[in-house]
Amino acid sequence: MTTDIATPAAPAKAVIQKPRLKKKATKNRAAVLFFIAPFSVLFGLFYIVPIIVAIYQSLLTVERDGTFGKPTEVFGGFVQYARVFQDDAFWASILRVLGFGVVQVPVMLGLALLLALLLDSPLVRGKRFFRLAFFAPYAVPGVIAAVMWGFLYSPNLSPFTAITKEINFLGADLVLWSIANVVTWVFVGYNMIIIYSALLAIPSEIYEAARLDGASQARIAWSIKIPLITPAITLTAIFSIIGTLQLLAEPQVFKSFTSAVTSTFTPNLLIYSTASVPNVNLAAAFSVVLALFTFALSFTVLKFTQRKAD
Amino acid sequence: MSAPTTSATKKHQGPRESLFSRSGAMLVMAICTFYFLVPIWWLFVAATKDRGDFTSSAPLWFADFNLIENIVNLANYRDGLFFQWMLNSILYAGAGAAVATLFATMMGYALAKYSFPGRETLFNVVLGGVLVPATALALPLFLVFSQVGATNTFWSVFLPSIVSPFGVYLARIYATSSVPDELVEAARIDGSGEIRTFFTVATRLMTPAMVTIFLFQFVTIWNNFFLPLIMLRDEKLFPVTLGLYIWNSQVNQIPEIRAYVSSAHCCRSSRSSSLSSACSASGAVG
Repeated sequence: MTTDIATPAAPAKAVIQKPRLKKKATKNRAAVLFFIAPFSVLFGLFYIVPIIVAIYQSLLTVERDGTFGKPTEVFGGFVQYARVFQDDAFWASILRVLGFGVVQVPVMLGLALLLALLLDSPLVRGKRFFRLAFFAPYAVPGVIAAVMWGFLYSPNLSPFTAITKEINFLGADLVLWSIANVVTWVFVGYNMIIIYSALLAIPSEIYEAARLDGASQARIAWSIKIPLITPAITLTAIFSIIGTLQLLAEPQVFKSFTSAVTSTFTPNLLIYSTASVPNVNLAAAFSVVLALFTFALSFTVLKFTQRKAD
Repeated sequence: MSAPTTSATKKHQGPRESLFSRSGAMLVMAICTFYFLVPIWWLFVAATKDRGDFTSSAPLWFADFNLIENIVNLANYRDGLFFQWMLNSILYAGAGAAVATLFATMMGYALAKYSFPGRETLFNVVLGGVLVPATALALPLFLVFSQVGATNTFWSVFLPSIVSPFGVYLARIYATSSVPDELVEAARIDGSGEIRTFFTVATRLMTPAMVTIFLFQFVTIWNNFFLPLIMLRDEKLFPVTLGLYIWNSQVNQIPEIRAYVSSAHCCRSSRSSSLSSACSASGAVG
């Protein structure tokens, strides 16, 4: 670039470097703007603005003149948030999905990890087939998978009526775990692929020494592979936690199979039913609290695992 | 994907594994295959049955083969509403993912290859967006669209779908490692404008990342349920997931829909299984 000598009087190297960068940045300003404008505008409109509107709405409250008076929205401060914190149904639903997550996420990720390790080991033949077979459920969207399992759980229509007649999978005691099974069925393959591609990225020389020293496949998996793919496992864990707190499609579908799933079963179902009352302000407050909660939880997992890795 | 697999089988050839651990491993694989595939098999078999056989014949094997007839019935039911839904889904997911990929790649490329004031702040804000789940935004988006009276339109589902913060993250990482600065500089010296360099040079190098972003976003939009559920009232605008959900919740009142629901599911899952193999092939990129 010829502009490098634009400041010939400058003695130090650093000074020569600086104007060059500056010049480049200003020269390309139009191009940079062209590249970042479409995404930034849309991100602003459909991420930032909705969040601001939700926060604003959550600070309003509806007032009426008398019982049948015209409702007007007035600024209510944290009135809605006070309601959120006193709302037992909301906290019950949060606890329900947390309990769900504590059991379902480790089971699902454990299975995904086991299958990925087996696929990566020399113990298994026909890897291509198994990879596709395990991933196939992910091609079935949550709603459809839930409808299908709804049929499979049903005491009359299921191919496994011998079991479903004895055990009521759609009853109040078991329905949460029946939903957990649907979620696991859909997402094991997806998580397995993420972990498996992390395993493929490990150079094989790393195991060769261990192999020659007589380490078993299980030992190699435990002592070498798993520590190396911790970032991939963290990623799947965070996505799973977010998914768990946002549980909606599956319970929404199960509502038509069983009365055990109420309209306050998960936080998102509660938000949906609150918004359709309509009590938009309270629903907005629920949304804000849930988003913050999700954010905090995934952030904590991220920080926790990062510290462990160091 | 085949290349790494074959090298993976070769690379572990140390002492031979014991028969015990090999058969144990295959047993686990077999049980899991059963668990993952039997429901899909049942779905397919159920879609080939007429209404009587659906409840009376063996659930995991064929009775009279009525698949074609069921699909024809499905196509005729309510003037082919189902195929309208399929078309909508393809439009939402296909076009949406294509636009999302383009914008995310442009943004990621700019973040990786140019230095401009506020670059890191911008990137961090976008990263924060990755952690905000789509369902948490559905209600706020509804509030925004209802302010401008645009709910229950095609755009109310399409526009929010074309923003992919995760895509920006992937594109930035990929552009940093796979588009060399020297190449961009060389194009510059040859007189290529910045935008032309992006479209002719950078996008070719970034193709694997773009495929991954496209597939991720396609699946995300295709599976998105809450946003259309909240936004749309008009049946003609529904994506197929929402439509089938509505039909399924009506099954108890209108039993003949049941056959349609299962054949419809079959149609759409075979449609997306081709995607799944593509997805697993590109998994290594992410």
